[in-house]
Amino acid sequence: MLVLDGATVRFGERAALDAVDLEVADHEIVSVLGPSGSGKSTLLRAVAGLQALDGGRVLLGGADQRGVPVHRRGVGLMFQDHQLFPQRDVDGNVAFGLRMRGAGKAEQAERVAELLDLVGLPGAGRRSVAALSGGEQQRVALARALAPRPRLLMLDEPLGQLDRGLRERLVVELRQLFGRLGTTVLAVTHDQGEAFALADRVVVMRDGRIAQSGAPVEVWSRPASEFVARFLGFDNVVAARVTGPVAETAWGKVPVPDGSPQGERRLLVRPGGVRLVPVDEGPEWTVESRTFRGSHVAVRLRPVDGPPLDAELPLREAPGEGAAVGVEFRAEDVVVLGDDIP
Amino acid sequence: MVVPVAFFALFFAWPVVSIVERGLRVDGVWQFGRFGETLSRPEILDVLWFTLWQALASTGLTLLIALPGAYVFARFDFRGKGLLRAVVTVPFVMPTVMVGTAFLALVGRGGLLDELWGVRLDTTVWAILIAHVFFNYAVVVRTVGGLWAQLDPRQEEAARVLGASRWKAWRTVTLPALAPSVAAAALMVFLFTASSFAVVQILGGSTYSTLETEIYRQTVVRFDLTTAAVLTMVQFVAVGVVLAVHARTVRRRETALRMVAPEETARRPRGIGQWALFAAVLLSVALLIVLPLGVLVERSFATSHGYGLDYYRALQTPDPSGTFLVPLLDTIGNSLRYAVVATLIALVIGGLAAAALTRRAGRLVRGFDALLMLPLGVSAVTVGFGFLITLDEPPFDLRASWILVPLAQALVGVPFVVRTMLPVLRAVDERLREAAAVLGASPWRAWREVDLPLVRRALLIAAGFAFAVSLGEFGATVFIARPDSPTLPVAVARLLGRPGELNYGQAMALSTILMVVCAVSLLLLERLRTERTSGEF
Repeated sequence: MLVLDGATVRFGERAALDAVDLEVADHEIVSVLGPSGSGKSTLLRAVAGLQALDGGRVLLGGADQRGVPVHRRGVGLMFQDHQLFPQRDVDGNVAFGLRMRGAGKAEQAERVAELLDLVGLPGAGRRSVAALSGGEQQRVALARALAPRPRLLMLDEPLGQLDRGLRERLVVELRQLFGRLGTTVLAVTHDQGEAFALADRVVVMRDGRIAQSGAPVEVWSRPASEFVARFLGFDNVVAARVTGPVAETAWGKVPVPDGSPQGERRLLVRPGGVRLVPVDEGPEWTVESRTFRGSHVAVRLRPVDGPPLDAELPLREAPGEGAAVGVEFRAEDVVVLGDDIP
Repeated sequence: MVVPVAFFALFFAWPVVSIVERGLRVDGVWQFGRFGETLSRPEILDVLWFTLWQALASTGLTLLIALPGAYVFARFDFRGKGLLRAVVTVPFVMPTVMVGTAFLALVGRGGLLDELWGVRLDTTVWAILIAHVFFNYAVVVRTVGGLWAQLDPRQEEAARVLGASRWKAWRTVTLPALAPSVAAAALMVFLFTASSFAVVQILGGSTYSTLETEIYRQTVVRFDLTTAAVLTMVQFVAVGVVLAVHARTVRRRETALRMVAPEETARRPRGIGQWALFAAVLLSVALLIVLPLGVLVERSFATSHGYGLDYYRALQTPDPSGTFLVPLLDTIGNSLRYAVVATLIALVIGGLAAAALTRRAGRLVRGFDALLMLPLGVSAVTVGFGFLITLDEPPFDLRASWILVPLAQALVGVPFVVRTMLPVLRAVDERLREAAAVLGASPWRAWREVDLPLVRRALLIAAGFAFAVSLGEFGATVFIARPDSPTLPVAVARLLGRPGELNYGQAMALSTILMVVCAVSLLLLERLRTERTSGEF
């Protein structure tokens, strides 16, 4: 459906998009994830035609979109803060795209009612958009974007301003809805939870480039680089020399999975892969802090020498602060990281 | 962008340049030496000095009196608000000739104050200043109040919560948001008062003369085109400087503002302070605006044998002296027809210019922005006379055409349209347009669907302004209106120029009729406005 081929956008010296290649297949839901300033919003604007390319191509349905104005691209875009038209009621907002396409009154009314049902706001058509809550505005914005049946729906921080509970519920609803409708979706977010819950595929961006792309579980379990690992919230990264199945680190010897790259590397240990053992079996660690997280306890461990280590432990196994412990690592929770893109 | 530029080149630049050329080029040689010579004459220097300080004083006085009024109209909700808004706009719609007349009736010889207390102000500068406030009150109330009413009060509340006092919140949040429109209003008032013609002519008598009246005198009375050309150039430069300063100060101040429906921001006055302010504004309106208008009406009925309709009856019959070829009542129809056409032209040209200015930035565009204001400050007399000498040959042989009058009138209407539309257009969030474009709206459609509904209020205000200035335009129209279809201000001026009680009474009667017509159409506009906005939700 969508192909980006070396897409480049520059703002002065800085490249907001730096030769980005990306494909989105029909009916696929792709989440672009990245910190602010990574170029993810620019990516959406470039696809929509709101931002001209300085290089490369955008293809929709195989057709180069160069010179095609925004209103002829047939894509949908849900803005970050919704941008509902303040002077129109809910009906007027949802019907807008249909009117632009010259749909008849009856068709408009039918489709608007259908979509308001779909987003869970039946009968809200006559309400003023100013009187809607944040969640309701979000639903209206979604209905408005979906109404003209765009071939590609783009979402810019779709759930950004909503509270946590609502966000977690809506993201599930969205995924089910898109699955049912067969919508092709390109969503942009800085929230990894949202991206992983929504998408078939996650694309992590950094400084206008794609740092990693893959299925959520793949990106989660095998971050490609230290940047991606840290962005996903993993802080257990340490320098290592990998020789065969073992890596030498400041945390001692760490087993690595078979087939890991060899030599001087950076190493990630997922907190779940840390096990505590009695002190006499290895070097001594001190429990620096202990945070209750509901299903588990997060423990920060301080070695005699070297960076701290985060561990996730079952409630009953967690030692108290200040306790002295020994540490072991599980090879399947250790990832030898690739180099960051320059 | 092309259309407005062409319009200005053809109907403004060309006539003015031609006039200047005629005055300053003798036998194909430019006589620039005449500048120093003319400008060193003491009487000319007096004129320049008086023009400047009376304009500054008028502008300051107007802002002082009208800004509280703008606040009251923007933030207070009270009965008869629409009516009062129409009332304060009436003076602005009135031809300047009649403003002068009304004040003559109030403070002049045999005027109301003279009869009551023997006070006469028509030989003092105060008469001119007060008449200018009277005339420009609506400019400030409409430009500033229109935006003020739509500012989200929650912004100020946010500042209060952050620890700002009421005054400090207003100064740091509301004032910066209002600054562009206050500056725009002040600029308009300054340009109006600096180029004030009829008011000074009538109230200043022979004592006070401004650049504008001097240009008229030199052109029409003395046929000294050279001096007139020099003065026109001086005016041109001065206006250019003012506009440049203005452009520099407002630049980048027009930021995206949070706009809300005006109905949401208006409240009934609360507490002693607010009621006192409200009462003070009502009192100033009563003294400054209602009183002169009332006196005007009173004089139109006051015949030598008590009150009666004699002057009105006389309007229906053809003029016995033969000065006017048609019954004077017909001039009302002429004026309205011209003004409607002029308003349409001004809206099209001004709307296109404002839309172009919103989309683009840069030095060139800002220059054009300032250029659009020039006709307000440049002598209408020059423009009118320029029309006569340039538009009389093919391909623009328009001298005999009726369209000439609306064209000249539209020229002064366009700046109002641009000035009123631009702040509001710029305040429309660009991403709303983008949202419309993504949903399939072409740029033109997006403008119609997104900008237009948001700026409809401003558009109506702009149309009102354009209509008003077209209706009241005198300096240029007096040159180009055909004898068989004079406009109302021209007729009034001619009546006032002739001696006799009947002529004076007829002038007053004619003015009263126009005032009523204007008040009614303004009320309709107000009504239309509230119906539309409330109908949206």
